Amino acid sequence: MINILPLLVAIPLGAAFLLPLLEKFPAGPRLSRTLAVITSAALMALSLLFLTADNITYWMGGWTPDSGALGICLVLDHLSAFMLALVALVTLVATLFSLSYMKRYTAEPLYYCLFFLMVTGMNGVILAGDIFNLYVFLEVAAIASYSLVAFGCGSEELEASFKYLVLGTVGSVFILLGIAIVYNQTGQLNLAAIANTLPQQNAALSMAAAFFLVGFSLKAAMVPFHAWLPDAHPSAPAPISAMLSGILIKVLGIYALVRVFFDTLEMSQQFAYILITLGAVSMVIGVFLAVGQWDFKRLLAYHSISQMGYVVLAFGVAGEMLLTQKFNIASLALLGGLFHLFNHAVFKSLLFLCSGAAEYATGTRLLKKLGGLKHRMPVTSSCLRIAALSISGVPPFNGFWSKLIIIIATIQAGHLWLGAMTVLVSFMTLLSFIKVQRYIVDGDPSVSVSSAKEVPFSMCLAMVILAIICIGAGILLPLYQKIFSDGAQSVITEQFTQLVRLAGG
Amino acid sequence: MKGMTIIVKEVTTLVIGFILLYSINLILTGHLTPGGGFVGGVMLACGFILMVLSYGKEKVNSLISDRSTTVWDCSGAFAFLVIALLGYFAGDFFANFFAQPGNFRLFSGGTIPLANIAIGIKVGACMAGAFIALTLFRGPAESFPGGKL
Amino acid sequence: MNLQTLPFLLAMIVVAVGLYAVVCKKNLIKIIVGIIILDYGANLFLMLTGYRENGLAPIRTANMNADNFLNSSVDPVPQALILTSIVIGLGTVALMTALAIRIYEKYETFDISEIKQLKG
Repeated sequence: MINILPLLVAIPLGAAFLLPLLEKFPAGPRLSRTLAVITSAALMALSLLFLTADNITYWMGGWTPDSGALGICLVLDHLSAFMLALVALVTLVATLFSLSYMKRYTAEPLYYCLFFLMVTGMNGVILAGDIFNLYVFLEVAAIASYSLVAFGCGSEELEASFKYLVLGTVGSVFILLGIAIVYNQTGQLNLAAIANTLPQQNAALSMAAAFFLVGFSLKAAMVPFHAWLPDAHPSAPAPISAMLSGILIKVLGIYALVRVFFDTLEMSQQFAYILITLGAVSMVIGVFLAVGQWDFKRLLAYHSISQMGYVVLAFGVAGEMLLTQKFNIASLALLGGLFHLFNHAVFKSLLFLCSGAAEYATGTRLLKKLGGLKHRMPVTSSCLRIAALSISGVPPFNGFWSKLIIIIATIQAGHLWLGAMTVLVSFMTLLSFIKVQRYIVDGDPSVSVSSAKEVPFSMCLAMVILAIICIGAGILLPLYQKIFSDGAQSVITEQFTQLVRLAGG
Repeated sequence: MKGMTIIVKEVTTLVIGFILLYSINLILTGHLTPGGGFVGGVMLACGFILMVLSYGKEKVNSLISDRSTTVWDCSGAFAFLVIALLGYFAGDFFANFFAQPGNFRLFSGGTIPLANIAIGIKVGACMAGAFIALTLFRGPAESFPGGKL
Repeated sequence: MNLQTLPFLLAMIVVAVGLYAVVCKKNLIKIIVGIIILDYGANLFLMLTGYRENGLAPIRTANMNADNFLNSSVDPVPQALILTSIVIGLGTVALMTALAIRIYEKYETFDISEIKQLKG
């Protein structure tokens, strides 16, 4: 069991290197589709296996610290097990959707190659036990995503990809500078060893923390650093938009931020307040920018910024409560944050897949040109309605419960005005999605919709899976709440650091 | 691109063998001295780029095509992954499963020279392929919708 | 401010120059050069963290006393890290150049003030 942990990184990597070899064969596209489905199904099975497993620390090549070597380790705690399962779920659904959707593009094997390189990078970030491997895998995922954004090779795609590439590289350089300062101060690269040997708070460490904050905020598109996201996410093919908005910004931004600030560097009052401010500002500005949009995918991209604000806000509140030793409220806030992260991955992927399906059938994604989709495409439009209700926080869908938990935690922490702001943003989200439903789902069929047909089976299947999770996840939360509360507990108790320390790191 | 003058072509012919030999030396002794797979692979690709610059891309492309660099690139990377997976015979991912006793000899590194060779092939083919892709400037045309980068 | 912090400060100045080029220049190629400078500034900074005065290069040969070597060589870990980060930088720059060529094919200009289809 412990031995197969590296396979989570090795399987998508192997698939990514096999796929370009298939490019020139006549049967290449069909073989590559089969290989893609097999790979993502295998990843799903493996990550479900690890979801219920114990904590694991795995040293590569047998180079344990006992032998006096500087080893590389993979660490699995409850938080990373949860993130792995989330990545595998969205990957599986996006692969199913791509099967029919990507037939319109040339070079399908290369598309799946880049796709699985991105998955490799994300799994690597989640499992990495030392800070430099975290950086390397982060770059693998980021470079694959830059080229996937430009995959269509239209002028808008190229421009969006260039913007994303420049800002993403600046973010990476800041992360690298942070790593250099931390290495200078501690002489360690292993995250747990850094936490053990960290000196008293000094100017250099504050600077490193500032560099990390800027770098990871650029990757997560928090509001002063958000300029690339509304261009990059809509330009990509629809399944890739679902991956980027659904999991990439969470893994590269939020998860890495949590690992570095909660487990490694010491959380301080200032950084908790900075996280709260970043979260609140992204939440409000994201939703206000979203209301005025008329391009469907662009509107969804702005909502991604706003919804990630909720998650960062919850983590900031948790950090503040951890400093004042109020562990109950901290664990409630973390639970809300993680649950909202999961929900956002599900309903935002579903929304992007629906936009892709509408574009596939009608050839446009402008709200004013779509209309009356429920007459022509019943499956897509009902999935779209479920996702829209879910993101705007209507009970009993899953978005409602996670927002409720975050609001309760914020108010218990004493930030009444933040709670009120969260409710206001939720209301604005509802407003914006009423507009979406009014223009896309309801009304008479427009010119471009009237000749549209329902999308092929595999695309419908992908959307229906996510829609079922949207309905079920909120109501059935008590059944599997343990996954989220274990994840929250592992952040609070710094389980990650403990694990490596137990293994002798 | 027609290639450069006769002087450049002659000098290239004289030097190219040494460049390739030196890159192979760098790859094979990577576990003993500075160098290794990446550096040797870059050197290999540099020899190739020199050839393209002096002889012109049409002549060189008849020797090594865009497609064959992709194949070598992916095979090298896949071989590296296979070496890592073979480590399971000694119990761990990436384990050095036939490490020989002794130091400072050509065959003392176990799987590390093999991994260096795989990386060398991968990097050399990858950089050569990237250079070919950049030289294929096809002019402003809508002739590649949704094509590869 | 002493002599030991001076190289770190210079590395940060290199980073600042790169950042200036990325933010203020209007030509795609100049932005790419800015990214390269930024990357190298960060690499230089990382390299300086392993520096030791009068240190040996961290290469061990057969006829060398191991303890003596350990006490006088510079820290090899940052050098290994820099090699990795140079590879990453190479990949980024290659991708960026390819994108710039494609953008030139579409718009027939490198000036970013004329490449503005995405707004809002």
